[in-house]
Amino acid sequence: MDNSNNENQNDGDDMSTQSPATKSLGDVAAKRAKQNMGGSAPLGVGLEARGVHAWFGKHLALEDVSLDFSAGTVTALIGPSGCGKSTFIRTLNRMHEFIPSAAMAGQVLLDGRDIYEPGIDVTKIRLQIGMVFQKPNPFPSMTIGENVLAGLKLAQIKHEGNKDDLLEECLVRAGLWTEVKDRLGAHAGGLSGGQQQRLCIARSLALKPKVLLMDEPCSALDPGSTLRIEDTIAQLSKTMTIVIVTHNMQQAARVSDYTAFFLAEGGPGHMVEVGPTNEIFSRPKDERTENYVSGRFG
Amino acid sequence: MTTIQPIRPWAASKADRAMTGASLLSAVLLTALLVAVTPLKGKLAYFFVFFVVWFVLDSILIARRFGTKGVRDGLAAKITLFGAVIVMMAVASILWATISRGVKGLHLSLFSQTMRTTSFTDPFSHGGMLHSIIGTLYLILIAIVISVPMGILTAIYLTEIKGRAAGLIRFLVQAMSGVPSVVAGLFIYAAIILNTPLRNSAFLGGLALTILMVPTVTRTAEEVLNLVPRDLREAGLAMGATQWKTVALVVLPAARSGLITATVLGVARVAGETAPLLFTVGVFDSINKNPFKGGSGTIPTYIWAGLTAGTSDSVQRAWTAILVLLAVVLILFTLARTLGNKKMKAK
Amino acid sequence: MPAPTAETPDPRKLTTKHRASDRLFRAVVTTFSFSALIILTLIGLFLLIKGFSTFKEQGLHFFTTAGWSVTQDANGKDVGHFGLSAMLLGTVLIALVALFIAVPLSVLTALFLTFYAPERIRTFLVSVVDLMAAFPSILYGLWGFFILGPMAEYWAKLINKYLGWIPFLSVPQPSFTRSPFIAGIVLAVMIVPIVTSVSREVFSQTPLDRVQAAYALGASKWGMIKAVVLPFGSSGIVGGAMLGLGRAFGETVAVYSVLNIVFRPNWHILFTQGGNVASMIIGQWGEAGKAEVSALLAAGLVLFVLTLLVNFAADFVVNRAVKSGR
Repeated sequence: MDNSNNENQNDGDDMSTQSPATKSLGDVAAKRAKQNMGGSAPLGVGLEARGVHAWFGKHLALEDVSLDFSAGTVTALIGPSGCGKSTFIRTLNRMHEFIPSAAMAGQVLLDGRDIYEPGIDVTKIRLQIGMVFQKPNPFPSMTIGENVLAGLKLAQIKHEGNKDDLLEECLVRAGLWTEVKDRLGAHAGGLSGGQQQRLCIARSLALKPKVLLMDEPCSALDPGSTLRIEDTIAQLSKTMTIVIVTHNMQQAARVSDYTAFFLAEGGPGHMVEVGPTNEIFSRPKDERTENYVSGRFG
Repeated sequence: MTTIQPIRPWAASKADRAMTGASLLSAVLLTALLVAVTPLKGKLAYFFVFFVVWFVLDSILIARRFGTKGVRDGLAAKITLFGAVIVMMAVASILWATISRGVKGLHLSLFSQTMRTTSFTDPFSHGGMLHSIIGTLYLILIAIVISVPMGILTAIYLTEIKGRAAGLIRFLVQAMSGVPSVVAGLFIYAAIILNTPLRNSAFLGGLALTILMVPTVTRTAEEVLNLVPRDLREAGLAMGATQWKTVALVVLPAARSGLITATVLGVARVAGETAPLLFTVGVFDSINKNPFKGGSGTIPTYIWAGLTAGTSDSVQRAWTAILVLLAVVLILFTLARTLGNKKMKAK
Repeated sequence: MPAPTAETPDPRKLTTKHRASDRLFRAVVTTFSFSALIILTLIGLFLLIKGFSTFKEQGLHFFTTAGWSVTQDANGKDVGHFGLSAMLLGTVLIALVALFIAVPLSVLTALFLTFYAPERIRTFLVSVVDLMAAFPSILYGLWGFFILGPMAEYWAKLINKYLGWIPFLSVPQPSFTRSPFIAGIVLAVMIVPIVTSVSREVFSQTPLDRVQAAYALGASKWGMIKAVVLPFGSSGIVGGAMLGLGRAFGETVAVYSVLNIVFRPNWHILFTQGGNVASMIIGQWGEAGKAEVSALLAAGLVLFVLTLLVNFAADFVVNRAVKSGR
């Protein structure tokens, strides 16, 4: 928490004031790496992408991405717009296939098993790999409480134990409990954008996923709400694997253990480099990464 | 790297398809068996038994792989299919009845002769419906001449002028599209035949059809005009043209094929209207060249007369005439579709 | 308004000239745009004027009694006894039968088209449904009388045999031809395209982010539809059903072809006796004298007002459904 002042100063305008940023980003990342030292030991095997390609019709949008997300880590995917990072994260829980012309190649292994294996029940995959979207999308016809438990109803899962306890647990973990505990019966539309996004996180947590994918979860939110979500991510990372797509390099430095840099360069998007976050931000191996994180383009 | 082929692991695999085919086939066989050995009989029995059997068989297959959630999902998919199939069966039945029954009465003199010397109950090989076809053409022409300018001008008001009353007008046009056709006929009768020296004629029938056609033309034209890009209008206005010139020389030509579609859809809507003609057009069994005086034959009233006369010959005439009418509607409909699609592609 | 200065007259004259042509253009267009209002007003007005004598003579009896006859009094003058109650009851009854059949079928079809059908089948079926809407109503009448009638009579017997203990499914005598039930089925087929296309339109506007949220929570397709699409689309379905109701109220030729019109209130939907204001009008028109024509025009006015009200309500519901985004 000692770096919170630093964070507040940089929030909101980090993309525009990046000339002296390389060093400070490296510092932030190093600080986080230190905090996590000796923290959570790896849980299970985690998620692994092997040679993932993605097409929209005949257009190859993403080429040959292999990435290992060890259990209990936070991985940030960064890169300029159109570099395929959102497409990639959507292949990780099979949301990619909702685009009618979509196709893919490669494998995505969850605990060693390919989630694209023929005959697998895709809805069960999505229960284990939750997702939070760019725009908060609570169900407006349901109350706050119903939203949190919506997943159980949708996936037709019988929850053993007390539903109220689960409700409270999820909202606490999403950092929303104190704000909404007195109005669980109110409609979710009345919450602020940041609260709605945390509600969406709580909704994913109710299904106890092993992995949580976040596709630019803060891009529609104000700086204050962004910080609260980042706190939430820090809390959650102790118990699950998190993959987060972000445009905000400060955020990547603050919340992630590993960072992967994506780039399109006129052709299909691909991954340029991946490594521990503090290395990517302080001494990247690839020149293009350095140019990007130092704000020279993108 | 270029050797990697895109795949769709989520699409049904060959094994899945074989499974679906097998369950369908066994459902058909089991249905035939069930209908044969149980007292259930008839087309209805085949239909329902088949769906029930298929539900059960397929559910067993799904349950093995996806559990009860999958079964429920599959059931929902099949029930929606069931609804769509019933609707399609009704359409197929209507089309089949028209074609199979109508074809019997088709002969060339149908399009060259009138009913002048023939009665509806005479053998259907005598007489023809030429007078009705000409009468319907008159009616449609009159309705087009009045309703197309009216509809397009209203649409221009809604899209170009966007006046304060636009909401109200749109609402009223919507309400007008719900006016029952019989009321349109009664209105022309009450307003014109009871108040002026004008009597039953093709013209009055055209007026009644206009009331029914205007809303269709207006709404389609509004949609079409809304598709004309804003920058085209602004380009016109920026060159110093008046709004009137811009609309006349830029917006309307850009939307031309769409406006033709609007007209065609309107014609398709009214071509088969029967009820309003019974009050306004009267009857005439020969060609009446004057649309303003005297009754006139029309295809819908020809069908109506054939149906109400009730003998097998007159009913045969009705079926044949409805086949001709349906063919006209189908051609108009296809025309509207093709024009509409061309417009979309040009975008 | 800025104060005019000395240099401006010339350009001003020019713009005035332009404005004049535009003003004319706008005036013409605006005038024509009010044609809908004028026509609707005139319809109401003329039917009221010409039907007024009936409203005056019959009073409330026009709505509460069921007889429809013209007799001659002692002086040989025509006296009419006109009552619409049986026809109004029949109109509502038939329309309800039609809705009961058409709404589920349409919603299922719309769901199938929006969420289940493969692309090619979808395009084909959408054209078929649109084509259905363009079928002339007399075609439905012919089909209803010759093809559907005999089949539906058989279904009616089955329903009566197994569900006859429900009051409105019983029959006073075992006669099942040309019943409100059959007319209702014909109307159902006629309104399916309307209800389907309105439902489909609303379903296809379901916000994508909510659909994705449901899928990301492990919902099956049906789970997603139940949690997201149906709550979002429910008012659209209601609006589409009401548009269909308006159409069903006003349908004339198709109902006349398949219904045995009797001036006696009958709520046994399977029984061969029924009514419908619109088809009664064409049925009586042929031999109507002056008093009866007035009564028929009055009946037309009642029908007009009824359908207008239903359409207003439907318009309101559909617009709210499309705009609110809930």
